[in-house]
Formats: sequence, C-alpha cells, structure tokens
Amino acid sequence: MKAFLMFKKSDFPLQQKLPWNTKALIQDLELNTLFNGMAQGDAIISEVAMKAVLSGAYNDVNTILYRQNILRDSLDNASIIKKMYNISIEAIESNKKSYLSEFSLCYPTTTLQNADGVMQLFVGFLQQLRTIADNHSDNFHSEGFTMLFAMLKKELDDEFFSRVKTHLQELKLENGVLLSAGLGKGNKGTNWILHRYLAKRESWFRRLFSKKSSSYTFSIYHKDDRGLRILSDLKGEGVNLVANALAQSADHIHSFFTMLQTELAFYMGCLNLHEQLTQMGEPTSFPSILTNEQHKHSFEGLYDACLALTLKQKTVGNTTNVDDKTLVLITGANKGGKSTYLRSIGLSLLMMQCGMFVPAETFEANLCDSLITHFKREEDITMKSGKLDEELSRMNDIVNHLTPNSIMLFNESFAATNEREGSEIARQIVNALLEKQIQVFFVTHLYDFANSIYVRKLPNVISLRAERQNDTSRTFRLIEAEPLKTSYGEDLYNKIF
Amino acid sequence: MTFHSILYKSEDVIIKEKTSVAPDFFVDLNLDQILNAITSGKEEYNLKLFYYSSLKDFDSIMYRHEIFQDLENPILFEYLKSFAAGMRAMRDDLVQKEKLYYKYQYKQLFLDSVKIYCEAVKTLGEDLSEVNLKSQGLLAFREYLKDYIQSLRFTELCAETNKILNELSTIRYCLIIDGLQVEVHKYKSETDFSTEIEEAFAKFKQGAVSDYMVKYAHQLKMNHVEAKILDRVVLLYPDIFLNLDTFYEENKNYQDNKITTFDREIQFYIAYLEYLAIFKQEGLKFCYPGFSNPGKRVYDYEVFDLALTYKLINEKSSVVLNDFYLENKERILVVSGPNQGGKTTFARTFGQLFYLASLGLPVPGQKAQLFLFDKLFTHFEKEENIQNLHSKLEDELVRIHNIFEQATPDSIIIMNEILTSTTLQDAVFLCKKIMEKIIRLDLLCIWVTFIDELASFSEKTVSVVSSVIPDNTASRTYKIVRGPANGLAYTLSLVEKYQLTYELLKHRIKS
Repeated sequence: MKAFLMFKKSDFPLQQKLPWNTKALIQDLELNTLFNGMAQGDAIISEVAMKAVLSGAYNDVNTILYRQNILRDSLDNASIIKKMYNISIEAIESNKKSYLSEFSLCYPTTTLQNADGVMQLFVGFLQQLRTIADNHSDNFHSEGFTMLFAMLKKELDDEFFSRVKTHLQELKLENGVLLSAGLGKGNKGTNWILHRYLAKRESWFRRLFSKKSSSYTFSIYHKDDRGLRILSDLKGEGVNLVANALAQSADHIHSFFTMLQTELAFYMGCLNLHEQLTQMGEPTSFPSILTNEQHKHSFEGLYDACLALTLKQKTVGNTTNVDDKTLVLITGANKGGKSTYLRSIGLSLLMMQCGMFVPAETFEANLCDSLITHFKREEDITMKSGKLDEELSRMNDIVNHLTPNSIMLFNESFAATNEREGSEIARQIVNALLEKQIQVFFVTHLYDFANSIYVRKLPNVISLRAERQNDTSRTFRLIEAEPLKTSYGEDLYNKIF
Repeated sequence: MTFHSILYKSEDVIIKEKTSVAPDFFVDLNLDQILNAITSGKEEYNLKLFYYSSLKDFDSIMYRHEIFQDLENPILFEYLKSFAAGMRAMRDDLVQKEKLYYKYQYKQLFLDSVKIYCEAVKTLGEDLSEVNLKSQGLLAFREYLKDYIQSLRFTELCAETNKILNELSTIRYCLIIDGLQVEVHKYKSETDFSTEIEEAFAKFKQGAVSDYMVKYAHQLKMNHVEAKILDRVVLLYPDIFLNLDTFYEENKNYQDNKITTFDREIQFYIAYLEYLAIFKQEGLKFCYPGFSNPGKRVYDYEVFDLALTYKLINEKSSVVLNDFYLENKERILVVSGPNQGGKTTFARTFGQLFYLASLGLPVPGQKAQLFLFDKLFTHFEKEENIQNLHSKLEDELVRIHNIFEQATPDSIIIMNEILTSTTLQDAVFLCKKIMEKIIRLDLLCIWVTFIDELASFSEKTVSVVSSVIPDNTASRTYKIVRGPANGLAYTLSLVEKYQLTYELLKHRIKS
C-alpha cells in the first residue's frame, strides 16, 4: 500500500540527494522563511517542504501537473486533508507510546504482546482512513486522491478487518500453543514453528477419535520453577517467528502511516502558506508550464512570498515579460527592490517546479534543470581568502556544475573590486554565458559592465531598472529602461544623515 | 612400500627418534620461540615433540624433503588443510559428546562425528587421486587410503551412518503446551502461523524493517523438560532410535589408527609451511639444503634469523640477509664487531640452520649446503646462579668442559661471548686454550667474541665482523662480512655521529 501523493508511481524519498548548491539557495533566496511559513512549527512539514522545494528541478512536467491537481483538491477539501494528516500523526505517536522503546526485549512472547497491542491501535486508525475514503472520496477529482481512496477501499475491506481481528485474537494464545520442531544437533528441537491452535473446538474431538494417532502427554510439577521457565522458553522459540512477523507487519504499517504523513505534509505546508498569503490579500495562482521549445517567462503581480511572510503584509508585485530573453540586466536605485525582484524570480521558479502555486497573479515559464544563485556575500566566513577570491572560487564551483538548461541569478557579483575590474570580470563571464544560452538574471551596480552590454542592443537582452519617482520615494517596481549611471546612493545618504 | 608414518620412513626410526624433552640448546637458539610460532593454533596436535629429535640418516631427511616438495603444490596443501578441518570438527563433536548425559543426545553427536569422519576420509581419498604425487610417503599413504576406503568396514560404516541420519531428519513432532501440560505427537502438516500473518499484512510491505527475532543462546546440553519431550519423540519413532542404539554399540572404535595418526603427523609439514609463508610473502627465500658429510664445506646465502625476522615482519621493519661459507680447512667462524651489531643473531641463525636442516626441513637461504651433525652444543652466557656454589667463571668453565666431554669431530659448537666475567688477560688465555681444543677436534664452530686475537688464530678460523655503513656511520646494518677484526671501527663512527671527535671538537669549542 502506497500513498503516491507526490509521485504517481513512487514514494517521496526523505533521504534524497539535494542539489549541490542547496545551502546557497536557502541562504540567497531566504528559503527558511518559506519553509517556516509552510511548517507553522511542524517539523515534519518543514523537512518535507525543504526537500520538495529543493528537489523540484528533478521533476518532469507530468509530476508537477500531478501535484498541482492534488493541491487543488487539497485547497478545496482542506479540513479532510488536515484530518487525514492528523490520523497519520496519531497512529505514529500511538506506536511510539506503546512499544517501540521496549521492542528490544529478549522474550518473543513479550514482542508478540507488544506487537499485538500496536496492531490493535493501528487497525483502529486504518478503519478511520477507510471511513474517510467511504464518506468523502466523491469530493476529490485529482488522479492522486482518486487512486489513494480507491486503494484504501479495496485493501482495507471488511474481510481484511475481520481476518486481522481473528488473527489478533488467536495470537493472544489463551488456549495454549501448538508448536512443531525437527531434530537438530544432539537431537535438540530445531526449526520451531507456531501453528494455529483451536484447542477448545478440537479437544473433545481429539479425545474421541484420535487415540490411534498416538500422542504422549506429561506434566510439569507445579513447583518446578525451572521446568516452568523452560516451558516458557520453548513457547518463546515457537512464537519467535510469528512475533517477528507481526512486529515486522506493525513496522510496515508504521511505515505506511509515515509515508502518508510525509506526503500529506507537503500539501499541509501548501495549505498553511496559502492561508497566510490569502489573509494578507496576496494573490496566488497555478503556473502554466511551457515545453522547452519555446523560451517563455512572463508573469503579472509577481512578489517575493518570503518578504510578504516577513512583513506580514501585501507587497509590491512586478509584471515582466522576458520571453526569449537570455540576459535580464537589472540596475537602478539602492533599496529599489532589485534584490527582492531577483529573489521573487528564483522563489517562483522553485515553487513552480515542485508543484506548488506561485506568488503571482499569472505566471508562465519553462522548466529549468537547475537554479543557481551567485549573490554577493556580506562577509567571507572562512577568512582564508579575499572577497573577490571567494567570489571567483564560488563561480568556479558553479561552472563545474553548470548544465545547459540552468538559470543563473547574480546579485551584485564581482563588485568586491573596483568597477573597471569588476566590470571586466562580469563582462567576460556573462558574455560566455550568453553565448552558451544560459539564462541569466544579473542585478548590478557595475555601470560599465551593464552599459557595455546594453549598448549592443542584443535582441536577447533586456534591461530593467528599479523605478524612481522624482520625489525620491521608491515604488519597488521595476521598469524596462537603460542602465542608469547613478545608483542613488546619494539619496540613501541624504535620507540617513 | 608399506605405509608406516608420514614422518618416518620405517618403523625402527620411529622408535629410535622419540623424545619428549626439548634439547638443551633450544632456548639459546631461540628455537623455542620459533617452535611456538610454528605450532601456535595447533596445540591439539602436540606437534612440538616432532621438532625435538633430529634425524641421523639422509634417507629419513630425503623422505621429508620429498613430502615438503609435494606439499608445495597449493592444491594438495588446501586438500590436506580441509581434511584437517574435517577431522577437527569430528573431534569437537566427540568432546562435546562426552559432556552430555542423555543417551539420545550423545548418541546423535556420536553419529554426527562418524558422518564427518566418513566425509573427510572420502573427500581426502578423492582429492589425493587428483593430484600428482612424487614422494614415497604420500604415495604410500594414498595407496593405504584407497584400500581403506574400499574396505567393507568403511563402506558399511558410511552407509549405516547416512541411513540413520536420514531417518532422524524425517522426524518432525508437535508440542501442545497448555499450562503445565505438554502433549507430544507427530507433525500433521499444520500451517505456519507466521506465514499467515505475513500474508494478512503483506499489502503494507514498505521495504526493509528491523529483525525482531530473539536470538536464543542454545546450549547443546538438554534440560529435563527437553529430555522428557525427546523421550516421547522416541516413543513416537521407536524403530529409528533402536537403529541408533545398535549403531552406537557396534561402532565405538570407528576411527582408523593410521589415518588419525596421519592427520596429526601431516601437521608437522603444514604447520612449518604455513610458518614459512609469512616469510615468503616478504620475499625471503628458503631452500632444501644439501649435506657436505663427511666433508665440512658448508655455505648458505641470504640467511636470516627466523625468530627475529618474525618479529621484524610484525613490526614492518626491514630484514638484513647474511651469507657465510667455510671452505678448505676453514672450520670456525669468529664473529667480532660492535655491540648490537647482529653478532649474536648471526650465531643463532647459524645454529638454527643446522638444526632445522637436521629435521628434514627447508631452511632460510637461497642455496645451502650444511652438515648433518651428531650433536649440537651451544654455550651462551648465563645469569649468575646463586644456588650454585661455583663462581661465574668456574661455572662457565664447567659447562664448557661438559661440552668437550661429549663433542666429536661431527659435532657443532656455538659459542657466544664467553668468559666476559674475568680479566682480558685471563679471557685471552682461556679462549686460546679452548680454541686449541676445537681446532684439534676439527669440528664446525661459530664463536662470537670481543677478543680480536681469536680471529686470526689459525688457518681454520675465519674472521667475520658486523659492519657499519661507511657514509652513515651511526647506522648499523647487522650485516656480517668477512674482514679483519677491528674493535674500534664502530665506536669511532658513533663518536663522529655526535660530533665528538678531536677534529670536530676543535671547531665546535670556541676559544
């Protein structure tokens, strides 16, 4: 039994290899704000959200659409999703309480008892799932949920529950045990097996008819403590396999609940995020995903969801069309929203690729196979190399990992030196990237660099500028315009002093 | 040729060679250490005895050389090792059996041991028929084994064993434990409960899970409840157990004496070869020595002390190889040179070579001709013995005297730093006297000494010295080479190393 809510045909692996630049992405795009916003304090959701968002680049269009549909269902039936999520949590918790810690005991009969106890609880939770499937499956339309509910109804049918009930009753071994063994070394009993034993029904029958098939009986003296212990050891040997089977089955059901919890956690995270953004009046929408032949990337009202979560209020959205553009140069005023814009580009791509809605009124884009950030770092943590050295070293790493369908976000890169040198470095790197058709968003103060590219009027280059009203207040909106020589640092200075 | 023993060609040799005490020189030559290493892990065979008596005739030596040469075939070697493993497992069963009290327990173990024995013997028979043998000893043993395996006695033993084992393995019984009551009956194909459980929950299978099987530490010994159960199983299957009873009574002495003796004695070869493998892995060489008798022209090249080298290999240190030869009238190697220069090691090596060769073993070295001695004597300096009324010097002289009481021209004497407890003048005098005796006996001798005069005593003495590498004067090589005795060479080199020579001190000490 599988949940299959993240992939149509496979589980969502929590142990998976995330992109090599995971750490940089989390730092540069402030993804922890997103994860926290989704998790709302739930550690599982936080982990799943992180893995899902960062592994998005590995998904194909079908997986993304599959999840989008499940997410739509979830948004429509939020209370039921929460209910199922809670059932899985309770099931897992009940297991923790009842036996996991004691399972390493050395008596199979104890293992059996514990496993039996857990199983009773699990059966209860399975029944709850089945009830939800019975009552609500009609309200769900996505392929994922349709499959899940059909599976629950089929596998957890009445026959299953009655069979399990019988087994669990018999395994209490209230009527004695029936074991069998062969002769091992030194004629000691070996290969112990426990058999179903229906003593009550059989005893009179045996007494009457089975005299011929000989059997021999002996008793242990009731004060023979050692003998009693030996008997219970023998029972243990016999029960060993069954206890193991039951305990392992309990583990499997535990895993099922864990998987269900994990996969629902992603949608729970989406629901939580959606709720908060909606409360702020921020728009969300499901992105249109374009095939790779056309190069499209356009959106309306795109905002940085992390900034919104931090400010807890509606933020300024941007509308841009960078269809067929390979390089997007972004220049303009300090504190003009350039970094925010860049982050909103990166974040929306990640969210799209993992199957989420995006923080925009409308959004369409191609899939990329990796998103890479090269942001100016405030300080050199390692202290072992100069700032420019560190930046170039990071760039070197990036080039080692670069794939043709990557999207690169530069934020004030190579500004650690003077403008001429920085410009020259940036120019050389960007020209190479342009030639290789790597899509680049480049926020820069390096006028020399930006202008030298701009004046070539290349059809695949667009220049955006942080808008500035004449009264020096900023709109945080970007417009298409040529790079400006001044970056308005003076404004900031004046404002502060 | 009739097979007697894999160690001795004929029965009279067997009787003549038996001794259970290590020769006196064992400790001096570190042969005790060597023997401990050889026999370690093989204590059950009590092999040391075999290494205590040297052979006195070349036939016996050749008999062993041939077997060693056959055993250089790794396939044969493995065959014999797996035979040994089988016999060991058999003995383990018999040891266990002795500790058991319930008769159908120990009888089953007995049966098990017979089974292992039959398999091991049959397998060895098949294995030996596949390999190309040249040695008289192994050829004779192969013939013997072939006849034994075809004998009625053995074939019946095997058949009966298998029959009863098969019967026992068909037994499966059921227990119903209800409170204090235990019922035993034959198994009637009841279904496995655990399979049913697995089936019921199979749909949840998610991948690897923990193992919850409790591991029982099974004692072979039955307790009284198990015995009661077994008693009832016996009642359920009386015929099978009756067969076991009969088998046990009829086959108590099922092992063939010559085969069990072979199992023990072949370990003499296996143990030594396994020991040599440690050295061969380091590129060290071994050879089958020739013998100069009655002449005394002896040599061996690239030799090393087994005991010391064994330690060095463990410590991953490098090993120094030495050569020696005595030709024409040369009989006595006089070793002098710096302390810790490998002189004693060289003397020990010399003794080890002659002794090991006398056991019919391959010896260290690339090419060797040795001498089959009648007696070997060592005289190493001993700690002072308070119990003894003699002074140390006196004690030493008594011991030396004892040697000459017994020594013949065919003996070998190893002298190590003797008479150090007296004045140089005394020592020189006494040593010269002793040397005269040795020369008169014309026996082979190696003598480690600090007395330079002995080195050029006569045409029978050869001076060898432990050497120092000239350009790195502080490092000692342990290499022993022919050369004139010069007690100062090494001391000077040490002084130079610490820049304390006259010339160096002149420059170092500022005026």
